[in-house]
Amino acid sequence: MIELQQVTKVFNPGKANKVLSLAGISLEIKKQQFVVVVGANGSGKTTLLNIISGAEFATEGKILLDGKDISRLPEHRRSRWIARVFQDPLKGTSAELSILENFRLAAIRTTSKKLLIGLNEVFKKRVQERISVLGMGLENKLELPMGSLSGGQRQALTLLMSVMDETQILLLDEPCAALDPRSAALILQIAGNIIEQYKLTALLITHNLKEAHSYGNRIIQLGEGKIMRDLKGEEKTALTLEGMYSWFN
Amino acid sequence: MEFYLTALMLGLCLSPMALGIFITMKVFRIPDITTDGSFTSGAVITAILLTHHWSPVSIIPLAILAGSIAGTLTGLIHTYLKIDALLSGILVMTGLYSINLSLLGRSNVPLPDASNIFSLFPVFSTPVFNQLIPGLLFILLILIILGYVLRTDFGIAMRATGSSESMTRALGVNTIKMKITGLAIANSLTALSGYLVCQYQSFTDINMGIGIVITGLGSVLIGEALLKWWNIRSIGGQLATVIFGSLLFQGVLAFTLSIGVDPNLLKLVTASFVLLIVVIPRLKRNP
Repeated sequence: MIELQQVTKVFNPGKANKVLSLAGISLEIKKQQFVVVVGANGSGKTTLLNIISGAEFATEGKILLDGKDISRLPEHRRSRWIARVFQDPLKGTSAELSILENFRLAAIRTTSKKLLIGLNEVFKKRVQERISVLGMGLENKLELPMGSLSGGQRQALTLLMSVMDETQILLLDEPCAALDPRSAALILQIAGNIIEQYKLTALLITHNLKEAHSYGNRIIQLGEGKIMRDLKGEEKTALTLEGMYSWFN
Repeated sequence: MEFYLTALMLGLCLSPMALGIFITMKVFRIPDITTDGSFTSGAVITAILLTHHWSPVSIIPLAILAGSIAGTLTGLIHTYLKIDALLSGILVMTGLYSINLSLLGRSNVPLPDASNIFSLFPVFSTPVFNQLIPGLLFILLILIILGYVLRTDFGIAMRATGSSESMTRALGVNTIKMKITGLAIANSLTALSGYLVCQYQSFTDINMGIGIVITGLGSVLIGEALLKWWNIRSIGGQLATVIFGSLLFQGVLAFTLSIGVDPNLLKLVTASFVLLIVVIPRLKRNP
């Protein structure tokens, strides 16, 4: 599905504050793999996600999607296949727009935004059905501005928005970092369900080893821009929390 | 009475510009002051074509074109050359002054006899009423079109660009293109104000745009205060409030003049008034 070939990312090249964020990473992610990415701060996790989403371009190396080179494709063009949930709950939704308008935009992620009104009753019904799954009572408050909701609610809606349109790859960049433990658990549960239900290929960045332990079918540990560990399927299942803690000592 | 009706008319003529400022400042959160230049451009083009006996309606697309070129230039400088929006606007505005001056050929052109958009419906005996009808129709049309555009899928993407750029890009919107389009639309509206004011005053002056941005800004700020007061959320309601803000703004200026304030101080009064509008809501919040 996604293949990274010798991807290097250098920030501020040639300057005193030059940073080598990714040091020649090669990685192949198969369809429906749910990859959890762990690693210390500055190990290149977010850069890896940004390179895949197109928010950043690789300094060297290639990114292939189903064998097609997408290395130079800008973010808004890659959104045809890739949906994204940000660390900051405020970043994934627009505070000024209503819940319904946010969902409308998400529902036309892969198509052009036409000069036609798409917010009709049929669409509203569709959004209501999706949102009622959360059990947060938001399905009757679709006209509320997104900004009036809590971080947890916004993050939950962002997750639902990511599958409003055709999605193949879901990138989750510490989606729970800004949330309280209860909301965090709920958000991850929703994410897990969505990934399974829509058969998505997913990447989840997390600092929480418990989350990394219980979610995903592959785990990658990054360190100084390199892949330190890469465990799949049964190897991942066999991992113990204690074993994972020892990676960071 | 007629004195205030005149102010109302001027407020009506300036409301497309206020809507333009609303789009740049509130929708896109880009401080754009190309306005001073594109306003004059609209007026200059109208003056030239009216003296060449073009019909007022046929000038409209050209005024829109002039404004959108100005806005596109500012947008290109801001996005592709990554220059601060304020500076981009100042650069284009400054350049436009020379272009406007060479187009017009001299510093002002009076148009006393030219038929214009305000003389299209001579049904009343009072000229002000005759002017009011085409003015109102024109603004109503703009309100309907703009209100529609902002509610479409394209419009939602436009509003999202200013409020959460990272999300909007992730949702497949080319935000650079969107900003340029937004600036083009805003400055077309501003040029339409120039088009209206030129005909309303039967006069175009190369300096008529100087400081006009503050009038638009004031109108938007009045509108914003009213929005909170009346708890308006719909986009159509927001646009209507901006137009109302423009009318109110001119009304207040007319009132200041009527109590005998020296007209030379008008710009000072305008600036102080805008300062007041900005400050009063803050005073309320922190007593």
